[in-house]
Amino acid sequence: MAEEHYPADLRYHPEHDWLRLDGDEAVLGITWFAQDALGEVVYFDPPQVGATIAKDTSYGELESVKAVSDIFSPASGEVLAVNARMTSTPELVNNDPYGEGWLIRIRLSDPAELDTLMDEPAYRAYLAGLS
Amino acid sequence: MTDGPRTSLYDRHAAAGARFGAFAGWQMPLHYGSPRTEHMAVREACGIFDVSHMGQIEVTGPGARELLSWALTNDLGEVGPGQAQYTLMLDDDGGVIDDLIVYGLLDRFLLVVNAANVAACLARLMERSGPEADVADRSREIAMLALQGPAWKDGLASLVSTPGPLNLEYFEVTEDGICGAPAFIARTGYTGEPGVEILCPWGQAPRVWDALTSGEHPATPAGLVARDTLRTEMGYPLYGQELSRDRTPIEAALTWACDVADGAFAGCETLRRQAADGTPEKLCAFTLTEPGIPRAGAAVIADGRTIGTVTSGTLSPVLDRGIGMAYVERAWTEPGREVAIDIRGTHKAARIARRPLVDSSPKKG
Repeated sequence: MAEEHYPADLRYHPEHDWLRLDGDEAVLGITWFAQDALGEVVYFDPPQVGATIAKDTSYGELESVKAVSDIFSPASGEVLAVNARMTSTPELVNNDPYGEGWLIRIRLSDPAELDTLMDEPAYRAYLAGLS
Repeated sequence: MTDGPRTSLYDRHAAAGARFGAFAGWQMPLHYGSPRTEHMAVREACGIFDVSHMGQIEVTGPGARELLSWALTNDLGEVGPGQAQYTLMLDDDGGVIDDLIVYGLLDRFLLVVNAANVAACLARLMERSGPEADVADRSREIAMLALQGPAWKDGLASLVSTPGPLNLEYFEVTEDGICGAPAFIARTGYTGEPGVEILCPWGQAPRVWDALTSGEHPATPAGLVARDTLRTEMGYPLYGQELSRDRTPIEAALTWACDVADGAFAGCETLRRQAADGTPEKLCAFTLTEPGIPRAGAAVIADGRTIGTVTSGTLSPVLDRGIGMAYVERAWTEPGREVAIDIRGTHKAARIARRPLVDSSPKKG
């Protein structure tokens, strides 16, 4: 399992999802806090490539043995790719939530939405406030 | 999450990296990092579970056998000293108060009951105990460890005082010493693998745990999540999901654990009637034939309508597919029947299956 960490180059959503900007595209995933709360992930139910997803809504599900968790999108856009390795090896999201455990890549439909997301210090403060 | 009683092994679990959760009010280890790894350790080598939260009720006196023959469904005539038996305690209309193991010991019976049902089982026995039978709650005095897996003997061999425990037949129990502590050791379990359950004094459990998790053949600590996936693969019922006051053993496909023909136990009239007439619903197991994980409460669909409800569901680490148990209209419970499970709005194809769902047996070795 990964050590608790929150990369400085990512943007963070209050539902514990991250976004990595890549031009007019973005890669999305869940944070260390989210995978830790979920436990060992055994199933990833992704959206279809080509689907449109909306900021603050659920685009898929991650399941542990004991729980099902919605995955919330930090931004709106069109799904360009789904991490196929997550389907065969869902525990990647526990071991490497920001790298090998990435979930989907989207083309951003409204880059201005990113302004509402938290940076790393803000997300850490947010987490501290939750406990 | 710091309230609720703890077993005498709490510190051991914490040191091993356990994630705790509440179960029947107790602070129990759910897992130690990877439920899947723990599950496979039990199937392939040896795992160890702290099940000290379970209840132990001792029944003694000249009237003990008569009391238990009234209270329990299975034929107590088969339970002599050294014998354990799976049985059920019913209320007067046949609803299940608990499923449990009764151990016949030299001068008494010991009932090992579910943690959540200790009070209910005690109350039921007290209804009829009278002066000839003593009923005592020894739950907080007796710790229990389950050592389960094909390699169960390897670590245990050097720790027991006599070879007795290593030579037990399935469902036999013996009294012996383990690490110098007095213990009852029984060839019972809830995983589908061969192994034993060790009952020892509450304060001695840490010493026994330390010995079994170290040395040349250390057992892998396994938590309640793995315990649940293991028993679901076997199709073993869990009280609170497959069993409750609203279900009878006949519906739960546990007729085999009830002396229906000759028994005079509480609830037997209802069971005889149900055994003769059948019940509208019956418990069965199923596997998904496409990806997905069924969950308790999900509808079972066939013929364009709901024909049942899932009682337990999970992802099987061995089969790598969704599995579960459900109460289903009797006509649909035949193994091989194709049905669907409604998983949060999507119908996933499934098939009714024989139990156990995996190729394991506790009787081997």
